Amino acid sequence: MHPSTTRSGNGDGGPAARTALLLLADGRFPAGGHAHSGGAEAAVHAGRIHDTATLEAFLTGRLHTAGLTAAALAAAAADGLDPLELDAAADARTPSPAQRSTSRRLGRQLLRAARTAWPAPALDDLAAALPGGPHQPVALGLTATAAGLGPGDAAAAAAYESVNGPATACVRLLGLDPYAVAAVLARLAPAADRIAADAVEAAGDARALGPEALPAASAPLLDHYAEQHASWKVRLFAS
Amino acid sequence: MTRTAAPAPPPSAVRAAVRITAAPDGRGGTALPVLAGSGPLAVRRTRGPGGPRTAQATLVGAMAGPLGGDRLRIEAEVRAGAALRVTSAAATVALPGRGGEAAHCAVVLRVEAGAVLEWLPEPVVAAAGSRLLADTRIDLAPGARLLLREEHVLGRYGEEPGRITSRLTVRHGGRTVLDQRTDLGPGAPGWDGPAVLAGHRACGHLLHAAPGDGPPVLPAPPDGADAALLPLPGCPAVLLTAAAPDALALRRLLPAPAPAGSP
Repeated sequence: MHPSTTRSGNGDGGPAARTALLLLADGRFPAGGHAHSGGAEAAVHAGRIHDTATLEAFLTGRLHTAGLTAAALAAAAADGLDPLELDAAADARTPSPAQRSTSRRLGRQLLRAARTAWPAPALDDLAAALPGGPHQPVALGLTATAAGLGPGDAAAAAAYESVNGPATACVRLLGLDPYAVAAVLARLAPAADRIAADAVEAAGDARALGPEALPAASAPLLDHYAEQHASWKVRLFAS
Repeated sequence: MTRTAAPAPPPSAVRAAVRITAAPDGRGGTALPVLAGSGPLAVRRTRGPGGPRTAQATLVGAMAGPLGGDRLRIEAEVRAGAALRVTSAAATVALPGRGGEAAHCAVVLRVEAGAVLEWLPEPVVAAAGSRLLADTRIDLAPGARLLLREEHVLGRYGEEPGRITSRLTVRHGGRTVLDQRTDLGPGAPGWDGPAVLAGHRACGHLLHAAPGDGPPVLPAPPDGADAALLPLPGCPAVLLTAAAPDALALRRLLPAPAPAGSP
């Protein structure tokens, strides 16, 4: 199959909404993601990310753990599952209090941008029900729906975000060659597409079986980094 | 593809189960009305450090393994007013099976209000080439007390790692408060990289749920250790999670507090 062949039945919003997806996934969309490194700053500090090879290993792990879990929550939210149940499922999948707080802060910021860009009653309801902010993937899924996108788009945006933010952070933290980092992201693109497809499938399972059917993939060191990083007095990124 | 007249003999996979029920004995202590093992898994009542109120049961493996394809299931239930401590006689070593299949190990724990469970088995070690799927489900009533330690070690000493895919689900009052899956070892994407284990070969956690009298207490991890103390959302429980180069270093990061009921 040619790589650019359009898949069907994976919950894409279709070409009509393609620009909305680009806007939503753009680092310049004012949803606050650029201020976060997703654990990369702590991993750099620990000396564990120091070049593009170690960055690629970090991103591979992050994509298949936190990335998959976020993508499935986003797909399920875009698929119409109860956002409050999904928010509780996100809580259970986020044992680190620092990560819970980061996710809710990012969810609140995304919701603010989304309610201006794509006003919709579902977004207002979510903001009213969770004044402390919903978990970011839940906000992302409902934002996707409001923007005319589908579960596949929400999952793709979440999977992409799970690696793009930390990669960009490492360019700044380590002065890595931006071309080499772009090549790392390009190499990870097929894996990110597979993760998004798995996430959509899991969201379909959750529709029948409840949020317990969603992936709960986690990475021990990402939890440790989040707690260590939150205790620092001086840091470049918020997480 | 060729078809043979007779199907291959079924793999000699083992099914084994252990069931433990702890209940008050009516004299201030704990009885074990159900204490049953089947297959190569046995369980015995043993003498423990927990004082007269606590019953201790020790899991004993009568065979090597689990081997790939084996299925083990351990169920424990602690009824209101009872106190149970569960240990194991030795580390569990997962070994490769003939067909390359995974071994399955399910642990199902239920603790009622006013009951105490200490679940402190020895580590699970995935020998080189082995594949283990471990699934631990815990149901806590509000008012239940739990201390649980799980330790996963990839490879025996000086050996290549095996693979352990493990899920831990904790429900408190019917609400899921922790749902976590780790996939570690050869074949798991990124497992050895800086996001997941960064060269460590052992990881695990202590989970402590203690209602009422303030937040549960576990020692804060030492500075510089790959460990974190995580209060779980909306319930009186904390998770101390750690990763270390080997089983010994991991155990130092996950010391069990003094047993419940000890002076």
